[in-house]
Amino acid sequence: MNTANETERSEIEDLLPWHAAGTLDHRDTQRVEAALAEDAELARRYELVREELGETIHLNETLGAPSPRTMAALFAKIDAEPARRPTVSLNLSARIGEFFASFSPRTLAWSATAAALAIMLQAGIIAGVMLKDRNPGGYETASAPTTVTGEGSYALIRFQPSANVTAVTNFLETNKLSIASGPSAGGVYRMRIAATKLAKPDLDRAVKQLQQDAVVSFIAITE
Amino acid sequence: MQTTSDEVLIGRIANGDRLAMQVLFARHHVGVYRFVLRLVRNEATAEDLISDVFLDVWRQAGKFEGRSAVSTWLLSIARFKALSVLRRRPEEELDEEAAGAIEDHSDDPEIALAKKDKGAAMRECLNELSNEHREVIDLVYYHEKSVEEVAAIVGIPEATVKTRMFYARKKLSELLKERGIDRGWP
Repeated sequence: MNTANETERSEIEDLLPWHAAGTLDHRDTQRVEAALAEDAELARRYELVREELGETIHLNETLGAPSPRTMAALFAKIDAEPARRPTVSLNLSARIGEFFASFSPRTLAWSATAAALAIMLQAGIIAGVMLKDRNPGGYETASAPTTVTGEGSYALIRFQPSANVTAVTNFLETNKLSIASGPSAGGVYRMRIAATKLAKPDLDRAVKQLQQDAVVSFIAITE
Repeated sequence: MQTTSDEVLIGRIANGDRLAMQVLFARHHVGVYRFVLRLVRNEATAEDLISDVFLDVWRQAGKFEGRSAVSTWLLSIARFKALSVLRRRPEEELDEEAAGAIEDHSDDPEIALAKKDKGAAMRECLNELSNEHREVIDLVYYHEKSVEEVAAIVGIPEATVKTRMFYARKKLSELLKERGIDRGWP
């Protein structure tokens, strides 16, 4: 076996414990499996790793569990802590995670249908917003009840049910958006899209730009 | 059935939600306890430590940034607290416990029986490893932590994690060999 092969084999051997535990990424898993299929000695060593894995689990499982007094002791300490005032602004990932976690799988399935409808409605709503711009006495967009007021410009946003947490978080960070309230029924958030009160044309432009993002299912200006 | 993610629970805990704290505790306290117990080797100390670990979670939840899994964060806190306790413990106590953990296996009938049972022998050897070796083996095999996560918990580079795991396994083989079990490796 040449040096390059030795190095590769040594690298693969180092990964065997993680392969046995199932914690390697896809690429390394494939590397290890390919090497195990070709190298009988490596496969023998892998069996040793699997023995270690089994006995380590066995050993830990015989350690028992803490007594119920542990939980009682914890909550006694928590009760002794100063009262905590709930804060509206959790970190962004947690808020978005909460948003996704609030749906059951069935709700998510229905959300996909609702999202399709929302896309159809969206065109009408945007047209309505533009119409309103030309005619002050005309159509006005509906908005969910809001709980936070303050300086700035706001929009109601609902995300695509298929959008993942990372994509939504990136969208919010890239566009410097912050969640003012929500989600309300239907998963709509009221977002602050600018720290100051934008003029109507600027606001329309900002909303149109946000609407281009793939994670947005619905967006409308609100107070 | 859908379960609430650990990250969401942490968000709720940051807002003072005791129920979320109970759920997180129920989900992780056994694993954290076993990790700590293997380090401090004293059940009462391990129990005290886990209530301290979860109290830290209650206090610090608002600062959790989600850069690692919640279980990784918990084990990091647990490890730090366990090592602090070990540092404070008198040396005599440590010596007594170490002596208790390392059995004399000359002419002992139980050990003779264990020789016949490779699994039991290996579990004895796992107990005889140093804390440094034991924790890396437990984190990888029992707590199912990746190289990156072990590095985060122990506070060492990823390459060192692999090296440490190799030497922990090598030591395990040597201990088994002392008991007459030659695995033909390393």
